[in-house]
Formats: sequence, C-alpha cells, structure tokens
Amino acid sequence: MSEFSLYLLQQLINGLTIGSTYALIAIGYTMVYGIIGMINFAHGEIYMIGSYVTFIVIAGLLGMGIVSLPIILVIALVVAMFIASTYGWTVERVAYRPLRGSNRLIPLISAIGMSIFLQNFVVLAQGSRDVALPPQIIGGWNFGDPSTFEVSLSYMQVLIFAVTFISMTLLTLFISRSRMGRACRACSEDLGMTNLLGIDTNKIIALTFIVGAALAAIAGLLLGLYYGVVNPFVGFIAGLKAFTAAVLGGIGSIPGAVLGGLILGVTEAMTSAFFPSEYKDVVSFGLLVMILLFRPSGLLGKPEVEKV
Amino acid sequence: MSQLLLDVNGLTMRFGGLVAVNGVNLKVKNRQIVSVIGPNGAGKTTVFNCLSGFYIPTEGSVMLKNQQIAGLKDYQISRKGLVRTFQHVRLFQKMTVIENMLVAQHRHLNTNLFSGLLKTPNYRRLEKDAMEHAAHWLKEVRLLDYANREAGNLSYGQQRRLEIARCMVTQPELLMLDEPAAGLNPNETKELDELIISLRDEHEISILLIEHDMSLVMGISDHIYVIAQGTPLADGNAEQIKGNPDVIKAYLGEE
Repeated sequence: MSEFSLYLLQQLINGLTIGSTYALIAIGYTMVYGIIGMINFAHGEIYMIGSYVTFIVIAGLLGMGIVSLPIILVIALVVAMFIASTYGWTVERVAYRPLRGSNRLIPLISAIGMSIFLQNFVVLAQGSRDVALPPQIIGGWNFGDPSTFEVSLSYMQVLIFAVTFISMTLLTLFISRSRMGRACRACSEDLGMTNLLGIDTNKIIALTFIVGAALAAIAGLLLGLYYGVVNPFVGFIAGLKAFTAAVLGGIGSIPGAVLGGLILGVTEAMTSAFFPSEYKDVVSFGLLVMILLFRPSGLLGKPEVEKV
Repeated sequence: MSQLLLDVNGLTMRFGGLVAVNGVNLKVKNRQIVSVIGPNGAGKTTVFNCLSGFYIPTEGSVMLKNQQIAGLKDYQISRKGLVRTFQHVRLFQKMTVIENMLVAQHRHLNTNLFSGLLKTPNYRRLEKDAMEHAAHWLKEVRLLDYANREAGNLSYGQQRRLEIARCMVTQPELLMLDEPAAGLNPNETKELDELIISLRDEHEISILLIEHDMSLVMGISDHIYVIAQGTPLADGNAEQIKGNPDVIKAYLGEE
C-alpha cells in the first residue's frame, strides 16, 4: 500500500476509535429523546463524572497495591457505571420528572441548569485543573514499512473497539429481547398507551436514564484512559459531539446514534488529517448545521409526524 | 349477575368555563354491555377520558367494585381492571403483533432486570405463559397467523381486533371501547358485534361502548345511556331509547 493510503488507514482507525465512544454517549441522548422527546443536556456531564470516577478508582486501587490490570479495569468499570447511573437516575428524578407534562422548553432549560450544576459541583469537589493518569494500557501493533509510514493500532484502541462492541451487542439484545426492552420500545412509540396498559412508565423512563448513564460511564472510562487526562469541562464538548452524532443519525434511533457517532469520528479524523486539527470542531458542528438544514430527521430517522 | 361493577355518580368535567360533561351517571353491572350514545360533541369521549384516568374529573365519583378510582393515575386504573381503546387505533405500529400482546402483559411478567438478561428458568416459564396467553387471544380474534407481522402492516379491521385482544390479555373486568366500529365495513362490523357478545357471554367481562353505528348499539346493548351537550338525556334498553322523543329530538333536531 502506498504511504498515502496507509496514512488514511491510520486516520480511519483513529476516527473509528473516537467515533465509537461518541456513539456510546449518543445512545443516551437518543434513547431519552425517543421516549420523552427531550434533549438531556446534562448527559455530557454524566460522561465526565464517569471519567472522574474511573480515575479515582484506578488511582485508589493502584495506591492499595493492586496492579493486575484486568481487575483494575473491571472494578473501575463497574464502579463508574454504578455511580454514573445513580447520577443519571437522580438527575431525572430531581430535575425532569416534576416537570413532565409542562411545555417542552422547560425541561430543556432544567437540563442546561443541571449541566451547569454538575460541572461546577465537580469543579468544587475535584478542582478545575486537568487530572492526569499515567497510561495503563501500553503498546500495540504496527503495520507497514517503518521507513515510510507505519500504521499503529494500540491495545487501548482495540480495547475501545471491543468494549464498545460488547456494550452495543448487550444493549441491542436488551432492547430487542428483554421484557424491559420491549416496554422501552412501547414507550417510545406511544407513551400514553403504554401507561394505559398498566405499565408504570415512570419506571421505564428512569431505566432509560440509568442505561444511558451507564453507557456514558463506559465511554468516560474508555476516553479517560485513551487521553489520560480529564477535567470538569470535558463533558460539555463531548456531550455536544455526541448530540451532533445523535442528530446526524436521526435522533430517537439507536442504530442512527451508532452510525452518527462513527461518521462524526471519522469525519473529524479525516479533517485533522488534511487541515490543522483545530478545524475538526468547526467541521463537526458545521455538519450539525448542515444536517439540521437539509435533513433534520437525520440519516436513519423518520420525518417527525406530529402526535395527536 | 347483577352485581354492580362500575358506578359513576354526578360526573362533571369543566375546562375553564366550558362544561364538557355535566352530572353524568352510569351504572355497569357484571356481564353487561352498556352503550353511551349521543350526537357528535356530546362529551362521550370526555366521559371515557375521566373514567380511564386521562382527565381528573372536576366533580363526581367513579366507583369500580366499590372503590373510588377518580383521581388515580391511568396505569393504576388499568391495573384495577378497567382498560380502554381509542377512537383511532393506537397500536405499537413498529412492533410485531405478538410483541404488542406481550407488552400488555408486562406487569404480569414480574421478573427483575437481570433475570431477563440471564434467561433464568423462572423468566422462561413466565414468558412461556405470556406467549400462550397471547396466542390464545390472537386465536380468539383470528390473528394467530399474523403473530410475527408488524402491527402497522395489518389491515384496519385486523388492527381493531388486535387492539381488543391486547386489552383482553391485561385481564380486565371492564373493557371500554371508543367507537370500535368506526371505519369498518359491514362485514367487519358484524364480526366485531359477535366478538363483543362473546366477550360478555364466554369471557364474562363487562363492556362499556361508545358507538355511532346504531344497529350495532341497539343489537347488543343491555342498557343504553344517551347524553347530549354533556348532560344526561335518557337511559334504558334499546326499545325505550328508540321510542324516546327527547332522544329523537337530540339526534334529528326539533321540528
């Protein structure tokens, strides 16, 4: 392969890595939107909290002298998912449920408030500086000729692909096979009717927030380890990116969120391949504007039909 | 036979200054088909909305099996055995026929989150029971062959029947049907007629019906209530209603 195509391959790998984590976060946006038609702007903060919890748990375990990497990762993952889910559930219970049935704009403003609150809460609790963690997963494979261009695929990237793939498979099984998943789909089609069939839809909505937050925590762990740095403001930009991914794929559609995340990740990587990398945000949000202008329902979304 | 299932007294619903329903009384006994008729805009659907928990009535009491249900949440009312359909079909269009039937049994499948993921024996058994129950009702409404179709792809008459079957798997004691014959052809109406009668005679539930198709109403109702402009106008059996001058006036206008 030529040097140029190897270079593109490298960017594709990088793009898919980031894209798959965007997809994980985007699922949280899209599931909540699919059921209650609101954008949970505090979702990015849940991701950020997931990252922090990961860092704290890993630092704590290393401090305790536990060095086995798989054990550390599994514990960090479980704790991060649990704590983030608790936050997700609490945010819904405190800030959104009391506002159910009011004008659509009101929960949206409440969500923005919640986002600012969580950000500042973490600033106060953890400080506003970058927190760094030495890389835990080192090494990888290299392909190609070292004298021209070498494509590298790090173990960390492989871990990101594997964990994302497993999470999405489990989510798909949960949504398509389980009783709760069935109820989630029913809610997203007709919340009122689901209620009338004797299902407590508040529980299903709470579950949606919990599942979304758990996926965001997985993304928080993966991206935290990938970048090795976290600060209280990472949730804002990651949240916006994931939101873009969800809109790109068609908000309300889970496969759409995955597709949107991957496209966005690859687009960003390709942009930074040819332009200064600062332009990647310009391109991704430009993409958001274009989608909203020309295909507001997204790639896999259906045109919105006004519910009676 | 003559036990009182639903007892509605002085039901009133105001929206601001508009009185949509004014002092409506309804009684439904066990194993009875009771119809509510009235001209368009009479407030029939508002009555249904009050009974099913969609609206909280401004005044009046709604007793189901001697328990007050006015003001309860809609899912709580449905759990007490009162289930409804709507004027327009409200199926989960993108889900299959069998999934529609299983969602309706959600609360009977009392299992936790993890047993669903792990497919524990208890979960399997409950799912199997739910499937059999669903299959039984699909057979009853002649939709068993369509179990794996998307509900949105069924014909209109089939969708209507599926809605009734979906209500029936929740094991209601009182089924409220809001214009079930709307948009059906005469053949389908006749089938519906037979289905409703079999629900009363074989499955021993009561039905509260809103319907404009007078031949259907007169043919199957044990008791008929007429409301006009939100106010009760008359009640009685089919013969009494047909001969009531007030009812004729409300429908046809005064000379």
